[in-house]
Amino acid sequence: MKRLALRLLFVVALPALLVAAWWLVSADSTEVYWPPLRTILTTFPDVWTGERLRADVLPSVLRLLAGYAAAAVVGVALGTVIGSYRRVRAVCEPVLEFLRAVPPPVLVPVIMLFAGIGDTMKIAVIASGCVWPVLLNTVEGVRAVDPVMAETARSYGITGVARLRNVVLRSASPQIFAGLRQALSIGIILMVISEMFAASNGLGFTIVQFQRGFAIPDMWTGILVLGLLGFALSVVFHLVERRVLAWYHGLRTASRRSS
Amino acid sequence: MGRSMLDVRGLKKVYEGSGRRVEAVRNLTFTVDAGELVCLVGPSGCGKTTLLKCVAGLLTPTSGEVLLEGRPVSGPPPGMAVVFQEYGRSLFPWMRVGENVELPLRQKPLSKARRRELVADALDSVGLADAAGAYPWQLSGGMQQRVAIARALAYEPDVLLMDEPFAAVDAQTRADLEDLVRGLWRERGITILFVTHDIDEAVYLGERVLVLSASPTVVQEQLTIDLPEERDQLRTRVAPRFAELRTRVYEQVQAAKRGVTAPRL
Repeated sequence: MKRLALRLLFVVALPALLVAAWWLVSADSTEVYWPPLRTILTTFPDVWTGERLRADVLPSVLRLLAGYAAAAVVGVALGTVIGSYRRVRAVCEPVLEFLRAVPPPVLVPVIMLFAGIGDTMKIAVIASGCVWPVLLNTVEGVRAVDPVMAETARSYGITGVARLRNVVLRSASPQIFAGLRQALSIGIILMVISEMFAASNGLGFTIVQFQRGFAIPDMWTGILVLGLLGFALSVVFHLVERRVLAWYHGLRTASRRSS
Repeated sequence: MGRSMLDVRGLKKVYEGSGRRVEAVRNLTFTVDAGELVCLVGPSGCGKTTLLKCVAGLLTPTSGEVLLEGRPVSGPPPGMAVVFQEYGRSLFPWMRVGENVELPLRQKPLSKARRRELVADALDSVGLADAAGAYPWQLSGGMQQRVAIARALAYEPDVLLMDEPFAAVDAQTRADLEDLVRGLWRERGITILFVTHDIDEAVYLGERVLVLSASPTVVQEQLTIDLPEERDQLRTRVAPRFAELRTRVYEQVQAAKRGVTAPRL
């Protein structure tokens, strides 16, 4: 109980300190662009009503999830194929390096040309940015399957789909999750950027609207919402990862103890 | 002599790569009868693992052939199970012990009930009946190797191949595991080909010991181990006959290292 309280204190201490510092420093601010935190917080409930959450936050989150899921499926599938065959890898690697080096935001105008300015464009932008870390990490994870495990599987006739499901993907899962984690932060960035170009709703769109209308405290509340959203998604991700990779964390703790 | 289970004829394996040509196994011929426990012993680096992988169908020999019950082996046959030395890398860490033992069975046309039965029975015979729910990395090295043995047993192989399975465990665990293998062999009547670099282990376990030469490998000598069926870590190892046999094998291994044939006993 005491340890739990102490841990909670560690977790909360720094954020509390930063918020307090922001509060104090901005308290007497008369600067238009740097309103006092108190003003921002009192504006918050007025701006982020249930109606606005439904009209702006929900579409953003849905587009993010759709793009992210598409990227995860495509990244893992392609990564498994590329990682499994040396020849495919040799052919694909230069192209992958090039595509990865293109910053995803510059794709927005291009994708707009053939996907329009609707949800499809935004989902495509998010997916096109998120797919690379997933793909490249899956390739590495699939390549790194332990040769003894691979031979064990072969000697017991574990081949095809059973091998893919029980051996290859499970063995690569720590790497795949590392890719998914990177992809999540890229996805949030692209979610906002795609809404700044051409949109009629969404978080990014709303924040830009507030800024253009000189509703500065409202703009700040939007930034807070984005931060909170990112934090919440990362907590959910962490919970899922803890569950799926429980064996991996246990294995690592066990091998640290024995060495 | 009983029915021959495993026939290795003129086996040769040459590795070729980046301009280098390494002849790991030159010409190996031997048979293992059904229900026999044969130990292969040889100096380190003599191609024991290469040989075993060829027998298991994991490597394709350059020439020669391996026959399992008269049928040539061209890939891992369903009637064979392998226990590797690296237990930590051979068990899947993302599966619990029971799932590890069950996974190979799911490739066979068996009912769920039958699979459960085989898993429970195999874990029971290695003394790990209550470890089914643990992860392999929660167990000690010796216990992990027991799980690997259970996995092989549940697969119900005609031939069990063991590649230096106890090289990485401590001496006491090793003695226990040797008795376990001997006991399982007598109980279940499976054919076992056991590869080791440990001469005492080969003599203690085997009904027959094949001494391999240094690389490129041939069979240097075959010895029948005429010790009583009932073996015991304490008494068997101090028996005069045990000492004679181990000396004989030792001489042959030494001779193999020098590349000559020692005089016959």
